[in-house]
Amino acid sequence: MINRLLMVLIAVMAMAGPVAAVEKTSFAIGYLEIEGDVRYEAPRAYAGIDVRPRQRPLDGAELSIRESKIIGRALGLKFSLERAHADTAAGLAQEMGRLHDDMGINYFLADAAAEVLPILSDYAGDRDILLFNLSAPDDTLRAEACAANTLHVIPSRAMLADAMAQFLVARRWDDILILQGEFPEDAALSQAFQAAAQKYGLTVSGVRDFVIGSDPRDREKNNIALLTTGVDYDVVFVADSLGQVGRYVPYQTTAPRPVIGSEGLVAGAWHWAWERHGAPQLNQRFERRIGRRMEDRDWAAWVAVKAIVEAVVRTGVADFSTVAAYLKGPMLIIDGYKGAAMSFRPWDNQLRQPLLIHTYNAVIERAPLAGFLHATQYMDTLGYDMPENRCRF
Amino acid sequence: MIKIGPVNKIGPAIGFILALVATPALAASGLVYVTNEKSSDITVLDSTTFEVLRSFDTCRRPRGVHFSHDRTEFYVGCADDNQIAIYETATGGLVGRILNIEEPETFDLSPDGKLLYVSNEEDAAASIVDIESRRVIGEVETGEEPEGVLITADGKTVYVASEAANIVHVIDTESAEVVADILVDTRPRRFALNLDETELWVSAELAGIVDIIDTATNKIIGDITFLPTGFRKEQVTPVDLLITKDGATAYVALGRANHVAVVDVMSRQILDYILVGKRPWGLALTADEKFLWVANGLSDDITIIDTESLKAIKSVPVGKVPYGILIDDQ
Repeated sequence: MINRLLMVLIAVMAMAGPVAAVEKTSFAIGYLEIEGDVRYEAPRAYAGIDVRPRQRPLDGAELSIRESKIIGRALGLKFSLERAHADTAAGLAQEMGRLHDDMGINYFLADAAAEVLPILSDYAGDRDILLFNLSAPDDTLRAEACAANTLHVIPSRAMLADAMAQFLVARRWDDILILQGEFPEDAALSQAFQAAAQKYGLTVSGVRDFVIGSDPRDREKNNIALLTTGVDYDVVFVADSLGQVGRYVPYQTTAPRPVIGSEGLVAGAWHWAWERHGAPQLNQRFERRIGRRMEDRDWAAWVAVKAIVEAVVRTGVADFSTVAAYLKGPMLIIDGYKGAAMSFRPWDNQLRQPLLIHTYNAVIERAPLAGFLHATQYMDTLGYDMPENRCRF
Repeated sequence: MIKIGPVNKIGPAIGFILALVATPALAASGLVYVTNEKSSDITVLDSTTFEVLRSFDTCRRPRGVHFSHDRTEFYVGCADDNQIAIYETATGGLVGRILNIEEPETFDLSPDGKLLYVSNEEDAAASIVDIESRRVIGEVETGEEPEGVLITADGKTVYVASEAANIVHVIDTESAEVVADILVDTRPRRFALNLDETELWVSAELAGIVDIIDTATNKIIGDITFLPTGFRKEQVTPVDLLITKDGATAYVALGRANHVAVVDVMSRQILDYILVGKRPWGLALTADEKFLWVANGLSDDITIIDTESLKAIKSVPVGKVPYGILIDDQ
């Protein structure tokens, strides 16, 4: 610890006189987003009924920039965001290149889907660029499609599924019926959970496809009672990315069983009702300044900026390769207000972090749950651990 | 009604005479006040029998608690009501409120007893409160989530920890300006000064260590890492810490490691770990320093440690999420 601190130019900080008088150098962080990103335009279930509204995570990044003011004061730095957007992945990559070439920006937060990120990573190539994935949970980005210059702040689907599996094991709710929607993301959610079930020794007693609709000829797929009949299960796992069917599953199952997954009990990166580890302060700060509740992606953006600031501060405003190595290295300690010192997994660049298992208004458990052991790092029981790693940088 | 603890044994008449010339020590009520952050009440215990006597409602989310200069009153910071409530120590009766203080968390009193330096958790500021006029007379900008506040014995310097910015701010009280920002380890929480105030000890909750700052140079000159048997680094989350009056021993509440560490201040060696309740964070010593009271945030109880045998001798249920402890026994 002390070595870490000695790296810093302490002389800068221990000067006489009011510290506010220091001249500030600006330090810009790039923020990339796709215009008209369909993930933020989920179709409404009905007039005025928006079942799963999603907000752009920019607010989280801006809050974090605001919070960096005082630590910046100590170093004579003023952190800021430089936004860029485009309607295609290639266009966004060019925008990133422009910010890098013209303004010397090295660190970019990316609010982009799984198909966009590899294009950004490829474009960044050997440039001094580090990307932070804020919103793509796809496991393949942490495996076959991983990139050395891309860090993943948002938890992967595998991590979220493992958190839920730990919860079920702890409760001894061993038999799970999966209801799966018709979209690729639904299939991905279902597959991630099935993998977690296998990893943790749970039994999947059935996987049933559902469709949105009320066609009587399709009733085996659109009627919740029929979908949940004729099989034994302790819980129903709903894989429903749009949330249009999932909201009708609780209280309509044939057997009186809890509903988890996309509905009911959900695993996530963040929740507004988390009461511990300083979370109420962050949530109140966010709500007061932004006017809405902090969501998973907001939290990811907030953490990404915090990680960059932390690395810059702890390395004493060093060059890019030193800061990047620090960010990826074992000395990094990020306080994500989830009670654990977070850092990035060296094998796939995923931020190791506790996850919150919550209902709509309460956090029921924090994963990893007590009793799930790991040789070195409890948080690595969630998602791809080193032995399972398929990422090759 | 004022209880005159030890004096009663001598007899009411003598007690009355003594009370007239009383030093605060003679007026000690023998009461212990515990602020319960989540149940918004204060539990009153007997400092010698350790029994709960009663509890009473206070303002919402009470946390920091501190005696007035002559100990006849005490202050309670209530974050959700943006105020500091003032109580009479002998009776626990409410005597006043200082309003419009943004989310007070902890605070310290100037040596002359006139000013409170308060960390405003949600406001990224430390406010200076004039007790007599009950007004905020100044504000110093800090990093996000200011937490621990400590004033030096000469009253010239105030240290404020910013939990979110990982900074200890050194504030000159005369100019009310930050004169130095000291970068410390992750999530700094509370302070203790050694006997001659050459060393400032700061708990870094998420790093699981205590940083030691040289107060002359404002540089970190050492640290202490804690690891009770059977726990992992990430479970060690120190919050409150105390140094005994002789400057020899420090006690550090280790949070999720469920232990209190006993440290030899001179050698910085850890002498012992004492198992207490869940997530110990608030600490207070009795006047004779024979007992250490520990607030356990996640088991809603208080553990009392015998500092001679270094054993926990009793745990007593209090309100929900006990935070601060005030012992009126001197």
